[in-house]
Amino acid sequence: MTDINIIIIDRLGKKHNVLAPLDMSMNIMELIKSYELADDASIGICGGMAMCASCQCYIESTHKLNHKSDEEEAMLSEAFNLKSSSRLSCQIPITKDLKDLIIRIAPEY
Amino acid sequence: MIKSDILIIGAGPVGLFAVFEAGLMKMKCHLIDILPKPGGQCSEIYPKKPIYDIPAYPEILADGLIDKLMEQCSQFQPGFTLGERAMTIDKQENNSFVVTTDKGTKHLAPIVVIAGGLGSFEPRKPLINNIEKYEGSGLEYFIKDPNKFKNKKVVIAGGGDSALDWAVVLCDIASEVTLVHRRNEFRGALDSVEKVQHLKNLNKINIITPAEVVGLNGNNNLESIIVENSDKSKTQIKTDFFIPLFGLSPKLGPIANWGLEIEKNAIKVNNSLDYQTNIPGIFAIGDVNTYPGKLKLILCGFHEAALMCQSAFKILNPNKKFLLKYTTVSGVKGFDGSHKKAEKAVVKTIS
Repeated sequence: MTDINIIIIDRLGKKHNVLAPLDMSMNIMELIKSYELADDASIGICGGMAMCASCQCYIESTHKLNHKSDEEEAMLSEAFNLKSSSRLSCQIPITKDLKDLIIRIAPEY
Repeated sequence: MIKSDILIIGAGPVGLFAVFEAGLMKMKCHLIDILPKPGGQCSEIYPKKPIYDIPAYPEILADGLIDKLMEQCSQFQPGFTLGERAMTIDKQENNSFVVTTDKGTKHLAPIVVIAGGLGSFEPRKPLINNIEKYEGSGLEYFIKDPNKFKNKKVVIAGGGDSALDWAVVLCDIASEVTLVHRRNEFRGALDSVEKVQHLKNLNKINIITPAEVVGLNGNNNLESIIVENSDKSKTQIKTDFFIPLFGLSPKLGPIANWGLEIEKNAIKVNNSLDYQTNIPGIFAIGDVNTYPGKLKLILCGFHEAALMCQSAFKILNPNKKFLLKYTTVSGVKGFDGSHKKAEKAVVKTIS
């Protein structure tokens, strides 16, 4: 299995091309953390349980993603700086379909 | 002044286990936490989530783990200052520290242990322009005394358990309760959702969904709020109080200004020895610290608590020799000879 490229725009607007492994059952929040693209204490606070909205991101490419679970919908409904493209990055598993996905990390809140 | 041997900032799992480890060595602990109950993240963020990597528990709910840790440490009778934030630390001439909270409560201890997790939990404030103007004059992020809202009009915003639970409680106290949420579905325990539904059916609570509070009005005190409905139309609602309950987010907070070495939003410690910080007498254990190879796991925090106690003991008792005693040998009070004895095994010859 090979890695795929994912484009992550950090909170300062800087673009990062990162290699995302397909064989580590990682999600996008973990990818952001592993490349240290956001302050460690400001993202993934609940550890990836869709119980905080600290890993909110905006999807800026046209990739078809997995559907939002009820938990994710509910948590997003309490998030700030919400857009129609908002997702909790911890709820997006990395799959080969996400090649060249572009995401922007939402402002810290 | 509250005195203890070890003052622990943060009453999460690691802080609570430190009380036990310290107790084995006859060191008395006091804990400060900004939350109104012990447990930290385990109680606040994910009480009903199972944890699978606590040694010997194949599966335990986060709040169950806290109950067990409370049971384990309560035999050493720790003190608690809850609902207060540790603000300042002052070193005394005798090398002790005085830690003062936001409410002015003072704590004196020769050893300070920061077990603060990701920091103190601060309310997530909705993005409303003049929101700060009304903080304390009609806008509340926490409900400490429900009677404050007696016979008042109250608007609560949010869709989680705390919004639902407080809406239920305040129904019997306030003159009018309105719950505003961005969507029709609520994210709460089934029981809470059903209670609110029942109160709505009785017309004891107004529910406005899907909608959002977007404006606050009033000269000195809050007088009304503006609610934006899903079709972008706006409604003004008269109210005495607005309570946004959008959860809490942890911030390192005042501890960041205590002169401790900070790296990546965490406190740097000496991990080759005892998790002491750059200030002798101040330790940092659990998620709040950092060192090469750090793992933010509860079980790692437990280990750090045990090692920290060894050093704390030496600081408190410079002339005493300490030999590690096993609880299997000495029970939990082995240090001074008194102990809970294990039942003697039956000695019997098998013929």
